[in-house]
Amino acid sequence: MGILEVKNVNKRFGGLQALGDVNLSIAENSVHAIIGPNGAGKSTLLNCLVGKLIPDTGSVMFDGQSVLGRKPHEINQMGISRVFQTPEIFGDLSVLENVLIPCFAKRDGSFRMHALESVSREVDMIDQAEQMLLDVNMAEKKDMHAASLSRGDKRRLEMAMCLAQQPRLLLLDEPTAGMARADTNNTIDLLKEIKEKRDITMAIIEHDMHVVFSLAERITVLAQGTPLVEDTPDNIKGHPKVREAYLGEAH
Amino acid sequence: MFGLNKKDTKFLYIVVALTLLTPILLQPFPEASPLAQFNAGYPDLMQRFAIFGIFAIGFNLLFGLTGYLSFGHAAFLGIGSYATVWMYKLLSFNVLPGLILAVICSGLFALLIGYISLRRSGIYFSILTLAFAEMAYRLAYSVLTPITNGETGLQVYSNDPQILMGENSSTVTNFFGLEMSANYILNVGGWQFTFNFGYYFCAIIAILAFYLSVRIFRSPFGMMLRAVKSNQQRMNYTGLNSRPYTLAVFVISGMYAGLAGGLLASMDPLAGAERMFWTESGAVVLMTILGGAGTLMGPILGAGFIKYFENIFSKINDNVLHSWFSFLPDGLEDFVVFIIHPFVGKGWHLTLGLLFMLVVIFLPGGLVEGGQRIAKLFKRKKTTPDDKDPEHHPKPAPHVAE
Repeated sequence: MGILEVKNVNKRFGGLQALGDVNLSIAENSVHAIIGPNGAGKSTLLNCLVGKLIPDTGSVMFDGQSVLGRKPHEINQMGISRVFQTPEIFGDLSVLENVLIPCFAKRDGSFRMHALESVSREVDMIDQAEQMLLDVNMAEKKDMHAASLSRGDKRRLEMAMCLAQQPRLLLLDEPTAGMARADTNNTIDLLKEIKEKRDITMAIIEHDMHVVFSLAERITVLAQGTPLVEDTPDNIKGHPKVREAYLGEAH
Repeated sequence: MFGLNKKDTKFLYIVVALTLLTPILLQPFPEASPLAQFNAGYPDLMQRFAIFGIFAIGFNLLFGLTGYLSFGHAAFLGIGSYATVWMYKLLSFNVLPGLILAVICSGLFALLIGYISLRRSGIYFSILTLAFAEMAYRLAYSVLTPITNGETGLQVYSNDPQILMGENSSTVTNFFGLEMSANYILNVGGWQFTFNFGYYFCAIIAILAFYLSVRIFRSPFGMMLRAVKSNQQRMNYTGLNSRPYTLAVFVISGMYAGLAGGLLASMDPLAGAERMFWTESGAVVLMTILGGAGTLMGPILGAGFIKYFENIFSKINDNVLHSWFSFLPDGLEDFVVFIIHPFVGKGWHLTLGLLFMLVVIFLPGGLVEGGQRIAKLFKRKKTTPDDKDPEHHPKPAPHVAE
């Protein structure tokens, strides 16, 4: 039994079958990559996991509980965090505040009226947030305006925000999209480091095979909304079906 | 002190000092001088500065922090006034029960209106709030006449119960016997300063309202509200539900408006439906944007600025203009008066409109940004590295107390 169990999920957009009978099981504390050509349904699948889309049929269970019908913030409180393809951060706030918000969300739940407290007195929260920034090597930028960060820094900040919640499952939607090779390698190192330090399950959607093969323990290949194969990276590399559907096209 | 950091405390002290000295600061010209026209230190206007300051501070909590632009805040102003006058009719002319009821009623209405309107954001939210305010206005004018006294406006009649009125009770609005209209007039040289109890009553409430808004700005709650404005999607994917946050601040903001409405009725025991008209809602939007939305001082500055224009510029008529320019040759005098005429008197809206355009185009951060730029010019050499968040130490502007 994996931490995330997706069973027979179907999703149609009008006449297009975006997901057809998707079955997926992600083992706890593993790094699971989902790859596939454009339009294979990777993002649709991810959106079904976080409550942005509701599948037409099928079930999605996280740690034995169904996530279907729950709102995104409720699913997040269950322990699923998501890193977006384009970093979603609070651009108007400082870097430190960006990380403070998930710290408060973790402590207080989805809503708490703390209108007469003072942020600057929440020393524990600030320590926690600063530690998190230290973990992603952004401690010295904590007073900067988040919108003025470089794209790589924004991504790291978003990662810190997700980690501040101590999620059990971290979903990464193309974490290295549009990055230079050096930045990509930094991200890979960062993710490896995170994996070593904590008990965390990661699901990565990625186009860059370099990233996939450096990180993933299991790989699922999606094609036209259906899982083609699921196996270890070594077996996937040589799999004829995958070459045909995915790598073959790429070459 | 008071749970604020050093800079905010200093800032609060400045506001307190300037508010208390308003009757002197707004009376810069001797009575006899031709410029006495521009003196604004008379009770009625000073009270309005404080009251509309409260209204704008509350509006800024909603609009400045969350970015939700309500076009219906005048409804709460009206509700507050009606609630207060009803307390006069039923109890006595003591303003306290009325103010409490005003805050409660407007809070309840804000809960209802907010609950429905906050299901949408952006322009749809604005339209919904505008629709509710128009509804409230029309209802107050027609269907609800038994409660609002329709076109005449709600006022106290001699046959009202007023069960708490004793034989010696004051027959004007008062706070435990201290009458709002009580004045102490001080003549120094050619200057005349009026210290009005009603003004000080409003001013103290305004200081408290301002203090509360500073606390909210600096609280985790305030940070969440800024997060709502910045990125709702990330907010949801951070495990936070934005709806209760926005609803809570909408209710707080409605209560501020209700309090302002109650104070209007405390200064003058009348309540009319025109207080709910959409132009009032528009005025508070103008005040906040003109002063600087999302800043602490902005709304107060904006409220003072607009009320000053409304009351002072509108009084400059042709006779006054002729007396100013009487030193010019006849033809030229008429010409100058002819040129200036559309901008003053009844045309004050034109001047205000032009100024508003100038501010929005050149100072998107409002008058506060203007103040900061001027302050920067003066102390360019001394800029410290922690200067990049200007909101944390807004510059004391000269008309802060307005």
